[in-house]
Amino acid sequence: MQTWSLVSICVLLGVAVRWGVSLNSYSGAGKPPMFGDYEAQRHWQEVTYNLPIREWYFNSTDNDLAYWGLDYPPLTAYHSWLCAYIANIIDPEWVKLHKSRGYESPEHKLFMRTTVLVADLLIFIPAVVLYCLYLTDGSSKKKVSVLLCILLYPGLILIDYGHFQYNGVSLGLALWGVLGLGLGWDALASIAFSLALNYKQMELYHALPFFCYLLGKCIKAGLIGRGFLLLVRIAAAVVVTFALCWLPFLSDPVQALQVVRRIFPVARGLFEDKVANTWCSLNVLIKIRSLLSADAQLHLSLVFTLLAVLPSSIKLLTRPTFWHFKLALVNSSLGFFLFSYQVHEKSILLAALPVCLLLNDLPFMSVWFLLASTFSMLPLLLKDGLLAPYVVTSTGFLLISIYLLSALDHSTEDELQLSTYRKLFFFPLKLDLGCLARWKFYISVAAMVGLSIASVTLDPPSHLPDLFPVLVSTTSYLLFLGTFIHFNILQFSGPNSKKSQKKSN
Amino acid sequence: MAADGWSWFPVLATGVSLFKCLFINSYRSTDFEVHRNWLAITHSLPVSRWYHENSSEWTLDYPPLFAWFEFGLSHVAQHFDRNMLLLQKQNYASPATVLFQRLSVIFTDVIFILATRECCRCVQKQKASQKDVLSRPAFILAVLLLWNFGLLIVDHIHFQYNGFLFGFLLLSVAKHLQAQHLQGALLFAILLNLKHIYLYVAPAYGVYLLRSYCFTESSADGGIRWRSFSLLRLLALGSVVIAVCAVSFGPFIVMGQLPQVLSRLFPFKRGLCHAYWAPNAWALYNALDKVLATLGVRLKLLKEAELPQASMTGGLVQEFQHSVLPSVSPSVTLVCTLLSILPALASIWRRPRGARGFLRCLLLCALGSFMFGWHVHEKAILIAILPLSILAVESREDAGIFLLLSTTGHYSLFPLLFTPAELPIKVCLMLMFSLFSFSALRKLHSGGSLLRPVELVYLLGLGLVALFSEVLFPLSPWKLRLPFLPLLATSVYCSVGVSYSFLRLYATLLHSDSKPKQH
Repeated sequence: MQTWSLVSICVLLGVAVRWGVSLNSYSGAGKPPMFGDYEAQRHWQEVTYNLPIREWYFNSTDNDLAYWGLDYPPLTAYHSWLCAYIANIIDPEWVKLHKSRGYESPEHKLFMRTTVLVADLLIFIPAVVLYCLYLTDGSSKKKVSVLLCILLYPGLILIDYGHFQYNGVSLGLALWGVLGLGLGWDALASIAFSLALNYKQMELYHALPFFCYLLGKCIKAGLIGRGFLLLVRIAAAVVVTFALCWLPFLSDPVQALQVVRRIFPVARGLFEDKVANTWCSLNVLIKIRSLLSADAQLHLSLVFTLLAVLPSSIKLLTRPTFWHFKLALVNSSLGFFLFSYQVHEKSILLAALPVCLLLNDLPFMSVWFLLASTFSMLPLLLKDGLLAPYVVTSTGFLLISIYLLSALDHSTEDELQLSTYRKLFFFPLKLDLGCLARWKFYISVAAMVGLSIASVTLDPPSHLPDLFPVLVSTTSYLLFLGTFIHFNILQFSGPNSKKSQKKSN
Repeated sequence: MAADGWSWFPVLATGVSLFKCLFINSYRSTDFEVHRNWLAITHSLPVSRWYHENSSEWTLDYPPLFAWFEFGLSHVAQHFDRNMLLLQKQNYASPATVLFQRLSVIFTDVIFILATRECCRCVQKQKASQKDVLSRPAFILAVLLLWNFGLLIVDHIHFQYNGFLFGFLLLSVAKHLQAQHLQGALLFAILLNLKHIYLYVAPAYGVYLLRSYCFTESSADGGIRWRSFSLLRLLALGSVVIAVCAVSFGPFIVMGQLPQVLSRLFPFKRGLCHAYWAPNAWALYNALDKVLATLGVRLKLLKEAELPQASMTGGLVQEFQHSVLPSVSPSVTLVCTLLSILPALASIWRRPRGARGFLRCLLLCALGSFMFGWHVHEKAILIAILPLSILAVESREDAGIFLLLSTTGHYSLFPLLFTPAELPIKVCLMLMFSLFSFSALRKLHSGGSLLRPVELVYLLGLGLVALFSEVLFPLSPWKLRLPFLPLLATSVYCSVGVSYSFLRLYATLLHSDSKPKQH
């Protein structure tokens, strides 16, 4: 069958699955007074449509920042304004100032879900298709298999179409940036990534690799001459993009500062809720949140985060190849997730996207991680009433990726590059590390299934009411930590002949 | 991808089953309440009351084996939510009830999956060792059956048990293709006792089994050899059928309730057409009647006051009185149906072409009764589309007919899902299925386009009708004045396609009849 028809069928299947998930509940459905992320997005539409720009980020009688105040950069606000404009045409009740608070109806849900789908169709899905067709090695069947697996990644579908968010926009724009870099269009890639940054500030998790890669390229091309011109072009593109996005706020420094204060709230604690990172898991044993002062917590996380992300990015600076760039994206975003300040469990999606890009080269580890990332969000999904879609999409993803990518077949010691482990830990030669890895995979899947069932069917003991969320986040943390170490080793281990032959772009 | 034998089949089957689970919370039709009511009837009442119970408008009108099936289901249902089994709870739809009913459809589809595997086994002989899984006939057939658009939206969104029933039909066909006729007959007898709509295709079974199974040999030119009649085989067939019917109807005959059961199974009070006209010959007849009436009034040949105030749109089962053309009664439709399928049956009798000839005859019986039957539901087009898939992966000409019939037939199911939330699903699934069937069948039967230019133009026109009905019309000012217009347009446009496919399929049968046989 022709590639274009296979690609179209995969895209249509991806859309059908997304819409199927969107038929379910959303975050905060029917839960006054605060509701959830769905109401937050609707509220931003209300605020941006009815109030002038200079009031969007400020507290006032019309704009109560305590009730879902805007805390994303301006591009999100503009997107909300656009959605509100259309919403007002369909039914003004949806965005009436103050009166539409907590508005819920089947038609409104349909509208909101449609906005997510449209954004996905315009930004995320085309980027995935182009990435798979042009930046993936292998036969066309392999490319389509990778495309299907990325489109069926459950985490993004469940959060965007279930819980309700617009991660497809920011991740899609970042993916356009990666696409641009892969194809050699550095300035356009910088523009795309700057737009992504201006949509969600969490894209900063990806900023370091982008910066180091581009800087490395400029240095390699010679800091005097071509490299310098490239640097100037990129810098100009970034500055202009930022300026255009922040234009309404640049007239008054107070405005700009307020926006910055809203998008980087440092008054909150080291972590909120149960999240699968180091601090939350550490908190189970040592209550660091109460032991250290707020400032000390900030400094601690800063130090550890830098320690976690700098090595991989510096390595990228010295060796700016596309392969190292992808690995650095994973390591940087995972490092931020594991050690940073005020991390939310949904931020794992920022690490999941680069791992999706590695599905073709490292199917075994990628599938393992992607499954774990979906599992780590289980408590959130249960709260939203998304158990059925979670089970269906995770099982479907596992089945499809194992079959199409032959993930389990590519788990030999060579392919997983486990020789470094052998050297580090002095494993006896007879031990088949590939087999060991496969068994660890089976056990972790069993653990994930078991914990999922337990979270749903069993009641936690009364003195440990958060038992299951804690178990889920700790298990996920161990899996994430393992992945983080593995991908770092991959980035630093010497030239594996297959990888060093990749086009060094 | 693994290139060995059948590893792709479990993936396809599990994939589609998981996919179906995503639509548990989507729109449900009244059929959901119908089946819940039947669960309640069979669980709460003694057998003697099953076919007398009418406190709800959804009375039991399937044969007894289906009632026993619902009885079996009800025992599982009580673990989900006991309240759904109470007769008084009209329109009860708690989350547990919805989950149970939806899962029961998904689980009973295992019969359809088994049947698909058997059918795939029958078609895999040609091009068996293709390296590319996507080009194997077995794979294409599996996708065409398992991911069939019509089954997905009728069974798993609208809500019915067609997958379960079609499993029996396709399994029976597969058994006949594998020359295990007694098993095929048994399965068909069970199917008839599950849903009597399959009586439409019973003549094909009857003629084929009599001619090809009871007469063990044919003469040299393919004609009948009367001497080779095997009484033993006839008795074996008869006893199988009678045994199944005895198990099914036996209890009711003993209780003297047979007339009551039959009156429930064959209610002729309903009108010629369903509220939404199935795209058959009568839809064209009705449309012609309307056009002539309007023309007559315009040309002052008829007085408007004299025309019966027939409403095309209202109600579920209203009688539709024709204004200009003669009205049609049930007996007329029966005669028309019999006339339409007689040539096919005669052809199979005179010169049987083995099991594939039988399949073709079955298709023609199904389509003939769809075209001329009384109160046909548009879902019945699936009885023609699904078995045609088997022929489509084997013959080029059948593939062309299949593409036309399946696209038209599937589009005619669109009005079943009229809620805005289901619009993206039906569009996506329809596009997926159509894209796959067109590309895969075209690659399989290499050598250019499978469709003639006029057929391509027709299908493009179908796209325009779709655009008009789903997008333009709801946003236009005519929506309030002429609410039935999209339904009318869909029904009439699709009947043209279905009638054309019917005629083409007939042509293939009669054409191969006139050629000397190689089968």
